[in-house]
Amino acid sequence: MIAFLLAQTIAITGGTVYPVSGPKIDNATVLIRDGRIAAVGTNVAIPAGATRIDATGKWVTPGLIDGAGNMGLREISAVQNTNEGTLRGNEVAAAFNVAEGINPASTLIPVTRIEGVTTTLAVPGGDLIWGQAVLIDLDGTTIEAMVAKSPVAIVADLSEGAKSAGGGSRAGVAQRLRRVFNDANEYARRRTDYDRAQMRDLAASAADLEALLPVLRGQLPLIVVANRRSDIETALRIAREYKIRLILAGAAEGWEIADRIAAAGVPVLVQPLDNIPTYDALGVRYENAALLTNRGVKVSLLETQTENSRNLRQQAGNAVAYGMTWEQALRAVTLTPAETFGVADRYGSLEAGKVANVVVWTGDPFEFSTGVEHVFIRGKEIPLRSRQTELMERYRTLPPKY
Amino acid sequence: MRNVSAALLLAVAAGCASAGARQAGAPPAPAQPAPAARAASADSTSVDRAQYPSTYKRHPNPPVVIRNATIMTATGQEIQGGSILFRDGRIVAVGPTVEAPADAVVVDGTGKWVTPGVIDTHSHIGVYAAPGTQAESDGNEATNPVTAEVWAEHSFWPQDPQIPLAIAGGVTTIQALPGSANLIGGRSAVMKLVPGRTVQEMKFPGARYGLKMACGENPKRVYSSRGPSTRMGNMAGYRAAFIQAEQYRRRWDKWNKDHTGDVPQRDLRMESLAEVLRGNIFVQNHCYRADEMVQMLDLAHEFGFHIRSFHHAVEAYKIADILAREGTAVSVWADWWGFKEEAMDGIYENAALVQQAGGRAVIHSDDASGIQRLNQEAAKAMYHGRRAGIQVTRDQALRWFTANPAWVLGLDSIVGTLEPGKMADVVLWSGDPLSVYARALQVYNDGWLVYDRNDPAHQPKTDFSIGQQP
Repeated sequence: MIAFLLAQTIAITGGTVYPVSGPKIDNATVLIRDGRIAAVGTNVAIPAGATRIDATGKWVTPGLIDGAGNMGLREISAVQNTNEGTLRGNEVAAAFNVAEGINPASTLIPVTRIEGVTTTLAVPGGDLIWGQAVLIDLDGTTIEAMVAKSPVAIVADLSEGAKSAGGGSRAGVAQRLRRVFNDANEYARRRTDYDRAQMRDLAASAADLEALLPVLRGQLPLIVVANRRSDIETALRIAREYKIRLILAGAAEGWEIADRIAAAGVPVLVQPLDNIPTYDALGVRYENAALLTNRGVKVSLLETQTENSRNLRQQAGNAVAYGMTWEQALRAVTLTPAETFGVADRYGSLEAGKVANVVVWTGDPFEFSTGVEHVFIRGKEIPLRSRQTELMERYRTLPPKY
Repeated sequence: MRNVSAALLLAVAAGCASAGARQAGAPPAPAQPAPAARAASADSTSVDRAQYPSTYKRHPNPPVVIRNATIMTATGQEIQGGSILFRDGRIVAVGPTVEAPADAVVVDGTGKWVTPGVIDTHSHIGVYAAPGTQAESDGNEATNPVTAEVWAEHSFWPQDPQIPLAIAGGVTTIQALPGSANLIGGRSAVMKLVPGRTVQEMKFPGARYGLKMACGENPKRVYSSRGPSTRMGNMAGYRAAFIQAEQYRRRWDKWNKDHTGDVPQRDLRMESLAEVLRGNIFVQNHCYRADEMVQMLDLAHEFGFHIRSFHHAVEAYKIADILAREGTAVSVWADWWGFKEEAMDGIYENAALVQQAGGRAVIHSDDASGIQRLNQEAAKAMYHGRRAGIQVTRDQALRWFTANPAWVLGLDSIVGTLEPGKMADVVLWSGDPLSVYARALQVYNDGWLVYDRNDPAHQPKTDFSIGQQP
């Protein structure tokens, strides 16, 4: 077992491989070496000494990527002391990078990864500008060992949730966001004046304005939470004005203006199983992901509930039930989020050179009847254990042996 | 003999018939403690007329026969290429071949599945209506730890846009409960999920009331400043309420018997609790932790009532043997866990382990989104149980969201399975309902086609949606 876990070269043989970057390959081998995928195909030479994993009859996919939640930042949402994802008292927290709040020992991590989700976006919470989201692999004893990319984007909110930061008005929210962006640009032009205290008060701290400059220079995306059609339009408008690389999150009424989102080339993060109307999105519906995809929008699927990030595959299955093709849905939980988060050179597909986040399933990953057989994160096989499997073992016969 | 409320009479009938409703092939019923000696009787109630009666009327419909479908009856059968006939709101025949009258609407079920209507024992639809504003927040009367006097039906909004969404998920009956802010939150409303102008039109005729009780974190958090602020404070609160209720019950039972002296003062709060003591109202108990559930069983023993179902019960698997012995069902999620401290020990195999121990498991939602896919949640719980080596049949998993919740509501002789004589609450699915890809195509409630995915004429919208939702 130990040798198995430490094996540097692993050959997963005989499975039906879904590389995502190309069509499925029957009876193929995925060769993993030193944490990376070395080769994928039907004609892969397996080095002597490689650990072989027979995946005959199994399905092999990239590890799933959930672009939502507070993985590592939140142990129990109702227990404030275990929450690290929100910087309180700063409505414009652009410089707040969540990485150092991540707890690699979180019990949620094993629970999640043994269901095939290997990578998640750790997203801050907040008011107007929430902070910097970080992409993490769900294995590693240190934060450094987990972080796949930091920052991935700065997160801002134009939904109903941000209204208090805009004086109670959506218009106030948009205007405040522009003031912050303008002041960031002004700060960048007049740093010396700022240091000599020869500038008027700015709309945010120097650190937060500084942190926004990569966004305003188009180097770092801005994830904007917006659900109502008019809020999505505001996001598109502001992104156009400031030449911002926008990613829409939520986008519940996005389907109503799918053509315009597609024309703007803006990728969207959608939770398929949202359909309860609120005044933030009366037009919310299950078909959103499919309707956006069919209009050419790059859609990534989300499971936003951190502790049940593992339900990403159920979200994807339902996206298929409501109009996506199966292939589109698989891409929307692997390669598309990798592209959207700027890591497609390393993540999201089974191709030589990519990080070896690989899952072997007993069948269709979206089906409830399917189990996870093997999970590899960065080429290391993950034991299929969690606090939950241990509790189950403890109590499967009663009374338990304490 | 005094006049008795029609609702009460019907409830008693349902309760009696209930014992005979178990089918061959169904799992053995858990041992039931004898019902409280003080069985419902004409002389037990403190009111002598129908209270807020159901005005539900069956919608007139032609007979319907669904042919050549896979029919999952929730009585142990999965009939390939089967047919089901229902007319006048009742299932007439289910089997490989079924003769249908000439006037029957024929539905081609080729490649499709048929199940009983989905039943949710734990919903806040109608009392926490969309769009989720403070104006629609009617689920918790969080002004006193004991509010047994409030009735969920008096909050329930028939125009909640969440109702059609649940119907589209195959749901035909719900128990709408008060929230869990209070130790004793009030009476539940058991509703048929049909379009209606009034609550009364939707009230399941003859259904018993439930009494919502809540353990643990919620009440002690809500009342931390005035008390209870601890779990021991919670227990003391329930006990004080039932001590008072016992006196109240005695006073009224005596007066009903001999009619001497002044009519006792009516007290709505005590009336609900006295009906629990008489065995006429079912206790529906929000409780997460194993140790707390067993404390609540002791409470029930102290006052001689029975807890019909624990709700949420994420640690039910730790005491599955005790729950089976007590005959208390558990209404659980497939996989919710970790959002609060008392939910930290949730596991996928909870329902399966309860089932294995001979208990009665129910998959519930407590959520306007989750209620739309209770079939999926049951599938998740079944397959995870199986992967852990626990035997769960497809029929048992189906019963988790049909027959077993019917029992929790005391309606298992009326709904929850596909058998001749049962109410025609029937769902036609696009595929295997235990697959993620299946969607409800048609939903019949008491024989009425209340939803048809392919026919906008049978997709009723609430007033809320009109002119407001695209």
